[in-house]
Amino acid sequence: MTNELTLYLIIGAILFSLGVFGIITRKNAIMVLMSMELILNSANINFIAFAKYGGMNLEGHIAAMFVIILAAAEVAVALAIVLNIYHNFRHVNIDEISKMKE
Amino acid sequence: MSHDLLLKISVVILFLPLLSFLIIVFNQKRLGKAAGIIGTSILGIDLVLAAIVAFNKFVVYPNEAIIQWKFHWFSLGNRTIDLGLGVDNLAAMMLIVVTLISFLVHLFSTEYMSEDKRFPRFFSYLGIFTFSMLGIVLANNLLNMYIFWELVGLSSYLLIGFWYEKDSASNASKKAFITNRVGDLGFFAGIMIAFFTFNTFMFDEIFSQIRSGVLPFESGTILTAMGILLFAGAIGKSAQFPLHVWLPDAMEGPTPVSALIHAATMVAAGVYLTAKIFPVFTADALTFVAYTGAFTAFMAATIGITQNDFKRVLAYSTVSQLGFMVMSLGVGAYTYGFFHLVTHAWFKACLFLASGSVIHAMHHAMHKLHDHHSDPQDIRNMGGLRKTMPKTYLTFLFATIAISGVPLTSGFLSKDGILAGTLAFGNLSGHWLIPAMAFISAGMTAFYMFRLTIVSFFGDFKTEIASKTHENNTQIVLPLVVLAILSLWVFYSFNPIDASSGWFAKAFKPVETVVPAEYQFDFMMPYHDAHATESTEVSHGSHSYLNKFEEELHHQHYTAMFLSLAIAGFGILLSFIFYYYKKVDPDKVANSIKPLYLLSYNKWYIDEIYQKTFIGGTILLTKLMFWIDTYIIDGAVNGVAFIWRIFGTFVGKFDNGVVDGLVNLSGGVVGFSGSIVRKLQTGRVQTYLLLSIIGVILLLWWLF
Repeated sequence: MTNELTLYLIIGAILFSLGVFGIITRKNAIMVLMSMELILNSANINFIAFAKYGGMNLEGHIAAMFVIILAAAEVAVALAIVLNIYHNFRHVNIDEISKMKE
Repeated sequence: MSHDLLLKISVVILFLPLLSFLIIVFNQKRLGKAAGIIGTSILGIDLVLAAIVAFNKFVVYPNEAIIQWKFHWFSLGNRTIDLGLGVDNLAAMMLIVVTLISFLVHLFSTEYMSEDKRFPRFFSYLGIFTFSMLGIVLANNLLNMYIFWELVGLSSYLLIGFWYEKDSASNASKKAFITNRVGDLGFFAGIMIAFFTFNTFMFDEIFSQIRSGVLPFESGTILTAMGILLFAGAIGKSAQFPLHVWLPDAMEGPTPVSALIHAATMVAAGVYLTAKIFPVFTADALTFVAYTGAFTAFMAATIGITQNDFKRVLAYSTVSQLGFMVMSLGVGAYTYGFFHLVTHAWFKACLFLASGSVIHAMHHAMHKLHDHHSDPQDIRNMGGLRKTMPKTYLTFLFATIAISGVPLTSGFLSKDGILAGTLAFGNLSGHWLIPAMAFISAGMTAFYMFRLTIVSFFGDFKTEIASKTHENNTQIVLPLVVLAILSLWVFYSFNPIDASSGWFAKAFKPVETVVPAEYQFDFMMPYHDAHATESTEVSHGSHSYLNKFEEELHHQHYTAMFLSLAIAGFGILLSFIFYYYKKVDPDKVANSIKPLYLLSYNKWYIDEIYQKTFIGGTILLTKLMFWIDTYIIDGAVNGVAFIWRIFGTFVGKFDNGVVDGLVNLSGGVVGFSGSIVRKLQTGRVQTYLLLSIIGVILLLWWLF
């Protein structure tokens, strides 16, 4: 049992690391958003793993559901922002959009 | 007329001329020639009021010493300063003298100054001058007197310098002002001694305190000093030696001014002051006053003999006559000193106004001949004016007779009294030099006055200008006639050879000295002090005398009269021989006694001596001060500055090197570390994120 939990946690950690790596290295805002989804999903995997093996039971499921809803809302807002940025700058390179006030 | 009304009228008399000044001075352009009429008529009203006041004082209140007002001005600590105004017999007489002469001078000026471009201004100055002079006359205390004394100084400055475009006039006005200041300084010191000791400025209070034994610093010497210091004011104003130098120069002013200031009013102020404070003079102070006056009379008379400027001769004769008045007060002949002040005011004003008439006529004649180089005042350009200007000639001649002391004139009465006084003084005190100088001066006066008359009015016309002169109109002649008539004996005493029976001598009885007996001449002490048991006044025959001096004066009267007649007659005769019959050539006589002639011609070199000593000394002192300033004070300042500059260089180096170095070093260190740390701040979110993840990892690694 513990091994299975460990396996899940390792997958979550790998996903998290990939997400972080994506956020740090990617210049495209869409890619950064996708990497953030990876991090959120790694957290989801952890919740579910703890719900099944760690005794969190339903609370784990509910937390995972919250995260999914939150991620959906977040993506809706973030994509709208990215679209606006694209309108203004004709690109979505996050290194070059530091000047919001213009 | 009540006391109150009399004083109220006096106040009106005082302020009317000020009103004239204010009206004219603010409306100069608007009034123009009308200023003369306004000024003259205001003074006319003033004269009438003065006559009313004087009449009341002499007839209604002849026995009251003074009618006065005192009012509180302000307090300083426990000292109160009072002002006031009073009319005594002296003041009543002076009111008449000042207002009448001022009125006549106003009248005279309406014609004399008519071509002057600053005509209204002249009348405004006359107004302020008359106001100041009346202030002195009506003062019943030293403070009032000092205030108006200075006002007179100011207004005389304005009048003497009236033609200020001329350098000589503006210099003369400055000289008059500064010379007067020297005397005023002494006057002020005297006032301070009096106020410190007696706590009051009032004459009557000061006198009564001295009488009751209060002396400044309990010392008779200081009392003497106080008297002499107060008299110093008179030395300045009344042009006594050694401060007489301003008066002849002041002839640069318009001639009516000379008549007003230098005959009747301003110069009389000093004598008036001396008469007012007469009771406080101690024996030593009296001697000082007498010698000052006698020497002034003598010196000025010697100078008057050789001068060629018409007005300058009159100026020196004024100085000489003022010397007579002061000498008279000094020897104790109080009555005659003041008497001479009054009589002299009339005939000297007459002489000055007549000289103005002559100069006016000469000016017109020169104008007609287009001559702008000759001197209209030089008597060598005149001669024969008797024919062209008969009225001026007659009045001038009469005034000359009066000043020379010929019987049937007022001048004879007063001068005779003075000479008797000096004889009595010489007899009683042993100071024989004073009568000697007095008699010689009297003879010289007769000589030079007749010289002036003969040279300018008799003989033939010396120049074409003189022949073209003609008599002036009524505005000029009328004042002359009035003043000449006032020089008759009959206005003062019906007895033409003895003034002591006349109303004047009765109205101005000798005043008692208030000085304690130990500091006063025995013969000046009132009889009732010496013989306490006897009555107040000791009768001798039909007369009663205040003190031994008055008795002696009466005894010397006839001696003095004959002596003075002889000496005046000799002087007149001599001048006729010299200048009319020309039996002796004056130039030859002058050459034979060249040093004396030059001494007289150059006015005893007094101006030169002052130039060398006081003025030269002052200039030397200023040069010395300038040297000290340049080299010592500036040197010290520059030296200090130099030291500070060196010190400053060091401080500057320290500042630049050490302090700035430290500051720059810390700045540099911060800058250097900043340049390293700056590299971390890339502005990229991703870098920060990476670093924070590394940080979190390190933290976790360190924690577990």
